[in-house]
Amino acid sequence: MLKEYKSIVNVSGPLLHVEGLEGVKYEELVEIRLVDGSIRNGKVLEVDGDKALVQVFEGTTGIETEKTSVRFLGRGIHMYVSPDILGKVFTGLGRPKTERDKIIPEKSIDINGAPINPYARDYPNEFIQTGISSIDGLNTLVRGQKLPIFSGSGLPHNRIAAQIARQAAVLGKKEEFAVVFVAIGITFEESQFFISDFEKSGAISRSVLILNLANDPAIERIATPRVGLTCAEYLAFELNMHVLVILTDMTNYCEALKEVSAARKEVPGRRGYPGYLYTDLATIYERAGRIKGKTGSITQIPILTMPEDDKTHPIPDLTGYITEGQIILSRSLHKKKLSPPIDVLPSLSRLKDKGIGKGKTREDHSDIFNQLYAAYARGKEVQELAVILGEAALTDMDKIYFKFAENFENEYVSQGEYENRSIEKTLDLGWKLLSIFPREELKRIRDEYLDKYLPRFKKEEPGES
Amino acid sequence: MSKLGKIIKVAGPLVVAENMTGSKMFDIVSVSEKKLMGEIIGFSGDAASIQVYEETGGIGVGEPVYPTGVPLTVELGPGIIESIYDGIQRPLNKIYDKAGDYITRGVQVEALDTEKKWKFEPIAKKGDNVSEGDFLGFVQETPIIKHYIMVPFGTAGEIKSIEDGEFTIKDTVACIKTKNGDVDVKMVQKWPVREQRPYTEKISPDMPLFTGQRVIDMFFPLARGGTACVPGPFGSGKTVIQHQLAKWVDAEVIVYIGCGERGNEMTDVLLEFPELVDPKSGIPLMKRTVMIANTSNMPVAAREASVYTGITIAEYFRDMGYSVALLADSTSRWAEAMREISGRLEEMPGEEGYPAYLGAKIASFYERSGVVKCLSGENDRVGALSVIGAVSPPGGDLSDPVVQATLRVVKVFWSLEANLAYSRHFPAISWLNSYSLYIDNISDYVKKNVKDDYFDLQTEAMRILEKESELEEIVRLVGMDALSAEDRLILLTARMIREDFLHQNAFHEVDTYSPVEKQYKMMDLIIYFYNQARDYIKLGADIKLIETMKVRNRIARMKYIKNTEIEKIDTIKEEINTEISSLIEE
Repeated sequence: MLKEYKSIVNVSGPLLHVEGLEGVKYEELVEIRLVDGSIRNGKVLEVDGDKALVQVFEGTTGIETEKTSVRFLGRGIHMYVSPDILGKVFTGLGRPKTERDKIIPEKSIDINGAPINPYARDYPNEFIQTGISSIDGLNTLVRGQKLPIFSGSGLPHNRIAAQIARQAAVLGKKEEFAVVFVAIGITFEESQFFISDFEKSGAISRSVLILNLANDPAIERIATPRVGLTCAEYLAFELNMHVLVILTDMTNYCEALKEVSAARKEVPGRRGYPGYLYTDLATIYERAGRIKGKTGSITQIPILTMPEDDKTHPIPDLTGYITEGQIILSRSLHKKKLSPPIDVLPSLSRLKDKGIGKGKTREDHSDIFNQLYAAYARGKEVQELAVILGEAALTDMDKIYFKFAENFENEYVSQGEYENRSIEKTLDLGWKLLSIFPREELKRIRDEYLDKYLPRFKKEEPGES
Repeated sequence: MSKLGKIIKVAGPLVVAENMTGSKMFDIVSVSEKKLMGEIIGFSGDAASIQVYEETGGIGVGEPVYPTGVPLTVELGPGIIESIYDGIQRPLNKIYDKAGDYITRGVQVEALDTEKKWKFEPIAKKGDNVSEGDFLGFVQETPIIKHYIMVPFGTAGEIKSIEDGEFTIKDTVACIKTKNGDVDVKMVQKWPVREQRPYTEKISPDMPLFTGQRVIDMFFPLARGGTACVPGPFGSGKTVIQHQLAKWVDAEVIVYIGCGERGNEMTDVLLEFPELVDPKSGIPLMKRTVMIANTSNMPVAAREASVYTGITIAEYFRDMGYSVALLADSTSRWAEAMREISGRLEEMPGEEGYPAYLGAKIASFYERSGVVKCLSGENDRVGALSVIGAVSPPGGDLSDPVVQATLRVVKVFWSLEANLAYSRHFPAISWLNSYSLYIDNISDYVKKNVKDDYFDLQTEAMRILEKESELEEIVRLVGMDALSAEDRLILLTARMIREDFLHQNAFHEVDTYSPVEKQYKMMDLIIYFYNQARDYIKLGADIKLIETMKVRNRIARMKYIKNTEIEKIDTIKEEINTEISSLIEE
């Protein structure tokens, strides 16, 4: 019934031009049979008259124009799912990795998904305790959020993501949760790090692993995050689980997109990336969230390495415009051996305001958050000033700010990889650090909280003021 | 009607169909049996290029295209307020009822409820001579919005009959006898979105549009009927500012366009606005709001249309004589949608791949704002449409073509700075780079209705802030000790202006909205403190004594004084006097 064509006229990069076709649809899945009988997968990027442009996921090595045949399957790329996907490993195209990973499918779902109706969304407002002070206290993660980690090569982003996956918990609740781990073009070692960490913590039995490693076909990476998110949507909205999705490394995804765009000779946008990069990334990131009337949720932690640590590079830039904040890692903190090296000033969680406060974390959270930020920002300015003028030239108040910034980095930001701090502990630590200021200086905190909390910490250190 | 077209090419949101003669540019078509909505954006021979407002996956060559012969229109009538639409005016709640949690393709829903009965109360009566734009009657759509039913454009004559009672929008409420025969008037009318709605005459804006945001009202005010833009890198608080304006701006109708932005942000608005209460009327803010939500993952062509849908709805309420504020977040996503379509059309790109007509499109969009004498034969009805657009330049780089094209047309520029946002100084509007060109227009009104020295205070405060940035350079080189006491007082005062006045907490129940009277008192107090302290320094006082004055703590907390008790701010002046005189005695 499905026609087979042997009319490839042109192969360029990852693309095939096929002619003499009938009834081919846009975005249709394509099966390419090589001379040696092996099968590759592709997707229709454009149909024009009797011609089609096909993107081959596994690369075009070995494809020739005479004997290679092409079949159009009349549907898009689908992922087969069932509750058994937990604990299984899939390729970047969603095929079982080994015999052991085969499942009896209950359902097949188009990996492109459909946009969630904004009207159907429920606002994310459940605080997730990650046990990391600089996230819980200052860049609070909530269920259904998409919060990327902007990192650079050589920075410990994987360790942070693994720590979050290990420690993440919602206060006072025990619920079904799952982890979907999506490796996009990362090395075997990096992916092994996650897998062994999941094995150690026992999370592996509640995890779905989608692996496209560095030596796997690059173009396949365009499908990989979508396969992962399709699993996540199934687990969250059909099986009512709370799903944490880790996507690493999104930079490789964007590179693959760029490669296809270049092969199509499209007019490039900034730095050679296609003009539709924003829209394309949005179709991935926007698949996080909560839906009214459903208990499950999808929380996304995409990781991306910023080329040259440049935040204005199109990949982090466009990501930051779509996601609800970002955690930025700092090379200078990393060099100071602070772990995790989270640069709190440019980091941000947009959804924190709805996830913190009375009944969620603690009533003073928002004020102490504002005060810590303001004080640390001023402290950093003072530190810069001190570099030029010397510490002696600082005013008395500036000296306190100087000291505060140091303490803050060493005690608040820095913590052990296996240290799981409760939110109470994080907030109290904030008070302790702020207590070196005279009370009048703490302008961002309401009087009632100053009255309630400050004395506790002032008393402990009567020597300082 | 014209014949069926046939698809010959599909490339993303762009579809090319042949055999399309008879259709016109910007006509709406239905693509394939799935009935996807599209718009003709180009012709080549008998082949039309069509941008499709829905995902085109699964569409192939040879499928039919059904012409409709009409351009993209919006339906205007009772039921618009409180709605949330996608970019092509499909109500998202009805899509939800029909299709569930996800927006699936080809869903067809009515823009307005055709079943609901509205109470139509006539204003004109039988026998009256009416012309286009005249009020026939009104529907009390929400407690604060009287939805006037106007004589459709191009119609004039004598009212043959007019009803009074409950009607759906499809019922005829009046019949007008015109030169060309009788015209039945219904409560709903259609208007093509890409066409500006007519008015009699445009007039210069001369009234301020207060927003309750101190940095805006005091330093960079907006005029009623004016235009403003808010460019800034991600995380600098564009969306929070847009939300704050939508909540507190002193306009009667708000149109909020979420153009290519986050889904959760729209949900936030949807959940929050029915709860929040307008400080003036005491009615939930939702009762004056229309929302257009085309989030970033929804089809890109509909995003392109969403700003036009929004501004046409805004113009419609302007025509009723309302002051309307339109907030578009973000116009960069709209420009990117244009770029994407232009790329698929294989047009020669301009800067950064944007089409060469980018500037023209942006300019004509903002130019649909303004204060106008509404089209009407009988009275001097005046309506205003203010437009505030967020811009998201890549990397916060203001040389971005969208920012530059926008700055050429807008009169107010609120520049957001990442450094301010990093220290959580919100709103992160830079006081050194922003500007408002409306101060001259509105100063007469403000002097008369608020305080005559309002802008004098502003000038003085601005002088102090500018001086601060100069002095900071010096401090960076030689240290604080090198400054004279008077200069150090400037630094102190500037810090007070920044922290105690400009910084405003959007999430604090009182601080989120500052009435202009309170703003005046606050600024007046800080300048009063400055003048008193300066006199004291002239007597030879030590600056350190002033820096540690207790009253500063009171000043720092004045922003949290309830809006109903703003007289309390004046009492702080006495405290300043007492403390300084006790210092002098010592």
